[in-house]
Amino acid sequence: MLALILILIPLIGSLLLFSLRGSNAGVSKNVALITALVEFVIAAYAFLSFDSQTIVEVKYAWMKDLKINFHLGIDGISLLMVTLTGFLVPLIVLSTFKYSYKKHESFYSLILLAQAALMGVFMAKDIFLFYFFYEVALIPVYFLAALWGGANAPRITFKMFVYTMFGSLFMLVAIVYLYIKASSANIQELYTAAKFLTPTSQNLLFWAFFVAFAIKMPVLPFHTWQPDTYSESPTPATMLLSGLLSKMGVYGLIRILLPLAPVGVANYGFIAMVLSIIGLIYGSVIAIQQNNIKRLIAYSSFAHMGLMAAGVLSGTLSGIQGALLQMVAHGINAVGLFFIVKIIYDRTKTRDLHSLGGITQKTPALSIYFMIIMLGSVALPLTNGFVGEFLLLKGVFDKNMWLGGIAGLTIILGAVYMLRLMQRSMFGETNAVTTKFSDVKGTEIAVLLPIAAVVLLMGIFPNVFLKITEPAVNSLLQLIHP
Amino acid sequence: MYPILVLSITGIVTLFLGFLKSKKVLLPATLFFVTLALLSGFYDWNAPGLYFNNMLQVNNQSILFTSILLVSAFLIIGLSKGFIDDEHAQPAEYFAILQFSLVGAIMMTSYQNLIMLFVGVEILSVSMYVLTGSDKRNLRGNEAALKYFLMGSFATGIMLFGIAMLYGANFSFNIETARAVVLQGGSVYLYVGVTFLLIGLLFKVSAAPFHFWTPDVYEGAPTIFTTFMSTIVKTAGFAAIYRVLEVSFSPIYGFWWVMVVIMTVLSLVIGNITAISQSSFKRMLAFSSISHAGYMLLAIIGLSNKSDDSIIFYSLAYSLATISAFGVLMAVSKEKLVDGRPDESIAVLNGLSKRNPFLAFTLAISMLSLAGIPLTAGFWGKFYVFSDAAFRGHIWILVVAILMSAAGIYYYFKPIIAAYMKEGEGERISIKPFYKIILGITTFGSILLGLFPDLLRSLM
Repeated sequence: MLALILILIPLIGSLLLFSLRGSNAGVSKNVALITALVEFVIAAYAFLSFDSQTIVEVKYAWMKDLKINFHLGIDGISLLMVTLTGFLVPLIVLSTFKYSYKKHESFYSLILLAQAALMGVFMAKDIFLFYFFYEVALIPVYFLAALWGGANAPRITFKMFVYTMFGSLFMLVAIVYLYIKASSANIQELYTAAKFLTPTSQNLLFWAFFVAFAIKMPVLPFHTWQPDTYSESPTPATMLLSGLLSKMGVYGLIRILLPLAPVGVANYGFIAMVLSIIGLIYGSVIAIQQNNIKRLIAYSSFAHMGLMAAGVLSGTLSGIQGALLQMVAHGINAVGLFFIVKIIYDRTKTRDLHSLGGITQKTPALSIYFMIIMLGSVALPLTNGFVGEFLLLKGVFDKNMWLGGIAGLTIILGAVYMLRLMQRSMFGETNAVTTKFSDVKGTEIAVLLPIAAVVLLMGIFPNVFLKITEPAVNSLLQLIHP
Repeated sequence: MYPILVLSITGIVTLFLGFLKSKKVLLPATLFFVTLALLSGFYDWNAPGLYFNNMLQVNNQSILFTSILLVSAFLIIGLSKGFIDDEHAQPAEYFAILQFSLVGAIMMTSYQNLIMLFVGVEILSVSMYVLTGSDKRNLRGNEAALKYFLMGSFATGIMLFGIAMLYGANFSFNIETARAVVLQGGSVYLYVGVTFLLIGLLFKVSAAPFHFWTPDVYEGAPTIFTTFMSTIVKTAGFAAIYRVLEVSFSPIYGFWWVMVVIMTVLSLVIGNITAISQSSFKRMLAFSSISHAGYMLLAIIGLSNKSDDSIIFYSLAYSLATISAFGVLMAVSKEKLVDGRPDESIAVLNGLSKRNPFLAFTLAISMLSLAGIPLTAGFWGKFYVFSDAAFRGHIWILVVAILMSAAGIYYYFKPIIAAYMKEGEGERISIKPFYKIILGITTFGSILLGLFPDLLRSLM
């Protein structure tokens, strides 16, 4: 039942907001926030009451004659993502409180709709249900990005939409193929059926799924939609995209690709890992040279996703565990960083590193939050990025020493671009643009404080999270290496 | 069987109603007649039977096809507003012809005898030739009607030739008895006959390479009859193709599947790729209708006794979305005239979300459904036909279909982008309540079937 409630609450909130047309902006903000908070409480309850077994499973017949069910369930991996979604959406809603958006009911309604779909993706136990939610999650975010974005947004987001739909269609073929071979849509049953597939079809399945998920994350060479979309979208849409939607790709790799095409992973996983790691280095190098702070964060996101993909494809316990932890850490950090970019842009009307500087002198509070989140992003020990990144690198290293060595550069390169961002924007002399910079207050603190707190807490007690996912990851690994 | 009787009688009644002074009575009367026909069809539900000297076989599958035809017809006739806006129109004749054409379409869904099929195709086609040219003062309409008539009669001729060949091979027009002969392995006439029959039918559903008439005829005909053509004719045509192939010719699948595969790939590629570059919304929908013929042919390629379920679902999803799209086009295009004709370019939709949010939403859902995006009926339609083809092991055709679906997303989003993200000039568009109800039904239907496809599947 819990799983169903987790989908229904944002859905009801979304429909409620949609029917509130004509009310004032305050009402829709509060309705959205309350819905997201209720959802968070329920997600937190699920998180705290978890006992490493599948807590809940809901199953209703959806298409009887085809044996396709509305089948939800939560295991450790799902739980982590559900909690992340439950945690981030209230913060995303809260981050918009200082700003006004046209057609605010639709705006918040779409955010909650995206949340409902994300919850569905992370809990689906039926492969068609997974696909269904996977696609549905994109639609509200596309409209958010296109309708509330900058002048170029319609063209740029359209590219994103066609790109990701294109990838998903390959996944659909793979799913239909598996479904026909196994004559079941239950993901657990498909795992068993996948063992009897020929190597050729496994290889094809691997590429069909990999392309779909690689576009979503994105992984080189499917990333061209990402920097433009991230920088042209309104901040809440960017937060949803980088914080949550990109995680659907990694989640898909773990839940779908690895266990359903283990032979394909064995044959081609290495090539995919190389691609991911080239992307990681490439993204980092571009981030170092970026002067637009929003694009800088976008490229850093791209680099982080590359490492996660490589870690998962290594097929090792530490790689997958690291990816799971890093998904949470990166989701939280990305939302925090994009929010800080928004704060800076809101006050200075510029995203150019050259025209910023000296903000620390005006804003002690913002500087501390920024510093903590930044350190989390460069994976300093005792912050949330460290454990994830360490485990990921260990996973890649176990698979191939040289690849691990190259991937290790990410720690240095990450520090270079993040410190450069911090130094150029926050330190130095104030100038005409930044001299009137006012410190964060009110709802801004309400967003940044929980993020900064979690960055530290996750860094100090990573075991809380690792323990939850370990049994689920182990049972997945048994499918891959029987 | 009963809908055929009902509509034959009410068609004549409608002609007489035309003598009345008030033209307003015609629309509700016609809607009532179509509803009556729809309900009468269910009299035979779960009671299959043969009628008219074994020339017509009614079963649940044919009743469902008939119902889709009649529901689509109801919605389209509802959108016509009784033609009261147009002083030159002849509503009584139009409505009578529409009802007669439905008789032909229903025959195509439930024939048991190739003669019945031919009669049905002819009744439907001749009605369509007339309706295409019904706007007598429009030169393009006249051209379209002539083109449709010449090419259509040529195709019917080929089809009749095929039927004659089949008679020579099977010594019977009955498709059930033909199967026995086919099983024994037929003569060369059988193969030629099947080919010609298929060509004739595929022409009607505008599958490539027999699609050349489609864009011009769709564009030239009055939009309301274009809607009728693109939904009713296609549904009836596919019902006919499925029936003859499944009942008679499934034993020689190995012979005709190559042909159908080539036509499928051609329809998908030509339909989708050409649609990308269209600036006229109506022409874009014409090419999209060619591509949808390709998708429905996927179910024919994966022919099994379950593919009729897929075709029924696809027809309904496609019809609902197409009726929405043309309904929006009719409401919007009359606002702006170019050379005295309604402007039917995609640009006319610019800024629709501000001028009428309801129409913009309807358009968006219909385009999403045609593109096959989840949450809409079109997605499940695509899913079913893809699975059918996959069951027969035709994975490579699926890859083509997938690539073409991606191209489809590109052009189906152009109207959505125009409606929501472009600035357009023009006043608010007001629409009549009944018009709104009809579009509401099609939109709601698309979403409902997108969420609960089992609602329709459970009937099968």
